[in-house]
Amino acid sequence: MRTAKRLGIQTVAVYSDADRYSLHVKSADEAVHIGPPPARLSYLNASSILDAAVRTGAQAIHPGYGFLSESADFAQLCEDKGLTFIGPPASAIRDMGDKSASKRIMGAAGVPLVPGYHGNDQDIDLMKLEADKIGYPILIKPTHGGGGKGMRIVQSPDEFVEAFLGAQREAAASFGVSTILLEKYITRPRHIEVQIFGDKHGNVLHLYERDCSVQRRHQKIIEEAPAPNVSNDFRSHLGQAAVSAAKAVGYHNAGTVEFIVDTVSGQFYFMEMNTRLQVEHPVTEMIVGQDLVEWQICVANGEHLPISQSQIPLSGHAFEARIYAENVPKGFLPATGVLHHYHHVPVSPTVRVETGVERGDTVSMHYDPMIAKLVVWGENRTAALVKLKDCLSKFQVAGLPTNINFLLKLASHQAFENGDVETHFIERFKDDLFVDPSNSLLVDKVAGAARFGATLAAVCLIEKENSEFRENLLGSKGINSIWYSSPPFRVHHCARHTMELEWENEYDSSGSKLLKISTTYKEDGSYLIEAEEDSSQCVEVKATCIGNHDFRVEADGVIMDVCLAVYSKDQTKLIHIWHGSHHHHFKQKIGLELSDDDDLEHKPRFEKSSYPQGSVVAPMAGLVVKLLVKDGTKVEGGQPILVLEAMKMEHVVKAPSAGYVHGLHLAAGQQVSDGSILFSIKVSRLLSTTICMSY
Amino acid sequence: SASRKSLAALQIAQTSRNYSLGVLPDGVDRNSEAFSRNSKAMDGLISDLQSHIHKVLGGGGTVAVKRNRSRNKLLPRERIDRLLDPGASFLELSQLAGHELYEESLPSAGIITGIGPVHGRLCMFVANDPTVKGGTYYPITVKKHLRAQEIAAHCKLPCIYLVDSGGAFLPKQAEVFPDRENFGRIFYNQSIMSADGIPQIALVLGSCTAGGAYIPAMADESVMVKGNGTIFLAGPPLVKAATGEEVSAEDLGGASVHCKTSGVSDYFAQDELHGLALGRNIIKNLHMAGRSLKSGLQNISSEYKEPLYDVKELRFIAPTEHKQQFDIRSVIARIVDGSEFDEFKKLYGTTLVTGFGRIFGQPVGIIGNNGILFNESALKGAHFIQLCTQRNIPLVFLQNITGFMVGSRSEANGIAKSGAKMVMAVSCAKVPKVTIIIGGSFGAGNYAMCGRAYSPDFMYLWPNAKISVMGGAQAAGVLAQIERGNKKKKGIEWDEEEEEKFKAKVVEAYEREGNSYYSTARLWDDGIIDPADTRKVIGLSISASMNRDPGETKYGVFRM
Repeated sequence: MRTAKRLGIQTVAVYSDADRYSLHVKSADEAVHIGPPPARLSYLNASSILDAAVRTGAQAIHPGYGFLSESADFAQLCEDKGLTFIGPPASAIRDMGDKSASKRIMGAAGVPLVPGYHGNDQDIDLMKLEADKIGYPILIKPTHGGGGKGMRIVQSPDEFVEAFLGAQREAAASFGVSTILLEKYITRPRHIEVQIFGDKHGNVLHLYERDCSVQRRHQKIIEEAPAPNVSNDFRSHLGQAAVSAAKAVGYHNAGTVEFIVDTVSGQFYFMEMNTRLQVEHPVTEMIVGQDLVEWQICVANGEHLPISQSQIPLSGHAFEARIYAENVPKGFLPATGVLHHYHHVPVSPTVRVETGVERGDTVSMHYDPMIAKLVVWGENRTAALVKLKDCLSKFQVAGLPTNINFLLKLASHQAFENGDVETHFIERFKDDLFVDPSNSLLVDKVAGAARFGATLAAVCLIEKENSEFRENLLGSKGINSIWYSSPPFRVHHCARHTMELEWENEYDSSGSKLLKISTTYKEDGSYLIEAEEDSSQCVEVKATCIGNHDFRVEADGVIMDVCLAVYSKDQTKLIHIWHGSHHHHFKQKIGLELSDDDDLEHKPRFEKSSYPQGSVVAPMAGLVVKLLVKDGTKVEGGQPILVLEAMKMEHVVKAPSAGYVHGLHLAAGQQVSDGSILFSIKVSRLLSTTICMSY
Repeated sequence: SASRKSLAALQIAQTSRNYSLGVLPDGVDRNSEAFSRNSKAMDGLISDLQSHIHKVLGGGGTVAVKRNRSRNKLLPRERIDRLLDPGASFLELSQLAGHELYEESLPSAGIITGIGPVHGRLCMFVANDPTVKGGTYYPITVKKHLRAQEIAAHCKLPCIYLVDSGGAFLPKQAEVFPDRENFGRIFYNQSIMSADGIPQIALVLGSCTAGGAYIPAMADESVMVKGNGTIFLAGPPLVKAATGEEVSAEDLGGASVHCKTSGVSDYFAQDELHGLALGRNIIKNLHMAGRSLKSGLQNISSEYKEPLYDVKELRFIAPTEHKQQFDIRSVIARIVDGSEFDEFKKLYGTTLVTGFGRIFGQPVGIIGNNGILFNESALKGAHFIQLCTQRNIPLVFLQNITGFMVGSRSEANGIAKSGAKMVMAVSCAKVPKVTIIIGGSFGAGNYAMCGRAYSPDFMYLWPNAKISVMGGAQAAGVLAQIERGNKKKKGIEWDEEEEEKFKAKVVEAYEREGNSYYSTARLWDDGIIDPADTRKVIGLSISASMNRDPGETKYGVFRM
């Protein structure tokens, strides 16, 4: 939309009920409502989108990155209606959209392919035989779609059937087509893709490659261009292969040819072609200094490519980090919530932040949980990486868990700095990237940093609360300001303030920890902080409020910027603090459930809500897709019980221990909320025994 | 030419407007011998004071404090901290009451009292310290409780009682129970204040036995904390003895009983913090329409300048040797805003300094001693007090007075008459009065300078203060003379050594009884303060006294 505006083209956005107030609607000149939240009924509903185009008199449709961007039918429909589809020809989408077909075409065009099975015969036994032929580990994936959805890695033949069926189900749900292909699974692969561009006059060129190796849950989280540790020779081979691939299907407009690179052998294989502009295209734009959306519009308009292959510059290095609402220690599970605080570094020619949300928005479970993508450019990889880390540490999101801290850790890892990337990077270095609760040295270091964060947070909170209170009261009631002097007056001693902050540890699974912070007001307006556990560790802190969220804090002689985001939820105050490269969040109880029922057992203030033993709670809000066992069934520990779906991802809920399933009263299609009890596992069949006895 | 003339007039007017008249000079010679002597002496006094305070802040000792914590209870000062507005000041009163008064130590007399704002409204806090003798009431405890109520009644401050007390200290019942100013007076005061529209709020955070049960029962509104708060006229042991009924404390008089069944309490709190939050809420909901503060408040400016000179130097200005002279203006210069003091009758009766200034934006009239009171000084004082009462300006007395001038010339001049005028003026003045004894306070000087008997709203001592009817040496001289006369009548000759011994004993007794700790232990004042805190304490005290309508001052018959 920014590009269109720059070119003087008016824009129309379409939106579902869930996005009525979202940023893309606000930025467009006009916006048209196209249906209810589920994508199937709105963003995937071709006819209502076309209606919107007709109603507003639009001449062209830009399909974005997801949804219908790779729908050949949609491209065809546009063509039929006389609308310009800003994208490749429907035939090319069709050819490349079917992964089996695309590989056949590529094989014929001489593009190297990974050994695999791409047949139309989807008989499960035949597929299993094919898998045996290729040899394990095997990758199972849907022929349509992308983004890792429905993908399964199978380590041994006995896992094959379950994985195959799951992949089929997910493929059907996400893409409407359940065809599956098999491939040799490369153990230490890199994911390198080439941005290509073609015009309607048969010219195709490439805009170098991107390395998108670092992934979690088979989805990219950090992309970079150009690929690190790659020779120019390799680069041009790769580029040529990509151009050949595009030419083989008569491609025009923007596309990406994905290759898998075997780091062991140095071979590259064609994986698939994305027939659209990808989420990560800005890294390419940054190194070639072009606006690819502008190219898309020009090419769709029948114009020639603006420059030739040899004229494409390669300048510097760019990174993109994808910021997701997700729960990192819970295995990167998608998270939902309200963005109570959202603040990122200022954008500049070398820093881009592409975001569809703003403060106060809800990240719902309907669409992708991506909050923003952060793109930075530097003179070289090292400079770009420094900038990336800086921008990440200043990227502030509060209200829901994000992967920002994790991205920062990832970007700071030695192997990443060396460019030693591969798709299993996170798995390979998980000991460094996640804090192992049994590593006491690391745990102590993390806890120490949290305590320091809590100290700063406490001081900023006190400073803010006191000054706000002072401002609200003074003048209104006629009380003399002398009663609110700073520091507060006490006869012959210093005023103190004790605060209890519950640290929400997002580094490991050890859970939250209660920190008691005892603050003494000093005469010069600073604070002396003692941690309750260790009174010998005193920190002298002085805070100056310089904005709504921003503070300048001096702690033991070190002056730093601190940003604080505070919001309340239920009876809890949630406090987020950013300083340097640190981000911590804390909870503070600000009240208790007011109950007049004193018969309830009195609970200490910060006792964690505990569920009955053996309870299994929903790890996220979602939809029950399938129940694998019935209530009362005897199960083994680790046995799958039910399948949940949220954010278009399936999650298998397993039995935590062996026993009998109790209280499983769910049905497929039912919605469950985050943290609700799904069922429990009990050692005995208590219920039936009771019934027997009462008879 | 007419316009030129008016321009000139305007210029003159502006010049006079810009004239800075009343800025006091520093007045301290830091290189003088007196300064260094005072510094040293005051350092000693301050460190003594701090060590006494340190003990008192520890409450009933580590064991009792630990036991208190184990019951999920906060200490009384922590309770008050959580009731106060965030970042608000607290003017604690008589911290050292009960100091060396009984054989056993009784930190802060077992009760914490003081003033601070809750939701912007100044309140009087009265908090039992359960770590000190179980929060029971010694005679001095009662006196401190009553003094807090007296201030509250006078200044119209809502009272918050943080109740956690075993009731009267039984071994001393004779000094606690029967008299007018004893235990029963607490409830009398509650009734009278309630009738007067001064809210009475009780938070029952611990036990509240026997007589103590009436504190929440007499309150306008009360909160009880589940588990810790109990109210009963007789505890389980007494009930068993009396009726044979066996019942637990919680079932007998717990929060549940009183909030659900008996109606003795109004708000049920799940725990102490909840109880304190409910207490804050009660104050928030006080709606005192029509009782707005229309007194002298309108003349208070929220913008004010700090004094030009370091307030900490007050520690070294105060004379520890009372014979030593110093200029009271150096004290005033460290108390008033911008050190600006417009002196009244500067050249007349110069041993009494009077004038106008502001403290934290609040206009005050200051009366300070600069030597013995003479006829003229007393008349000037009476005049100045009249001025202030007319204009509703609070009075601050800075006492450092050995007394009125004695001798034939003075008597002949009618010093008693002049003194009486000043005493009359002080007694009848209805404006807020705050007295600080910064040095000696002897004889009728104590009266004229608004000593305790003249009901100043607040009265504080510096640690070097001395209070007695006369100086120890003078008293010894007088008593020795009488004793010698008595002995002579009996035909006994008194040798010099014995006389000196006798005198020394008198001097020693005067020294002890005239000491600031002796005074503050008995609640003859509202506390010893660090001289460096003087400006703040006066400012807070005046502010608290401005909560009421001062009323019109009517004087009695002045002897002319």
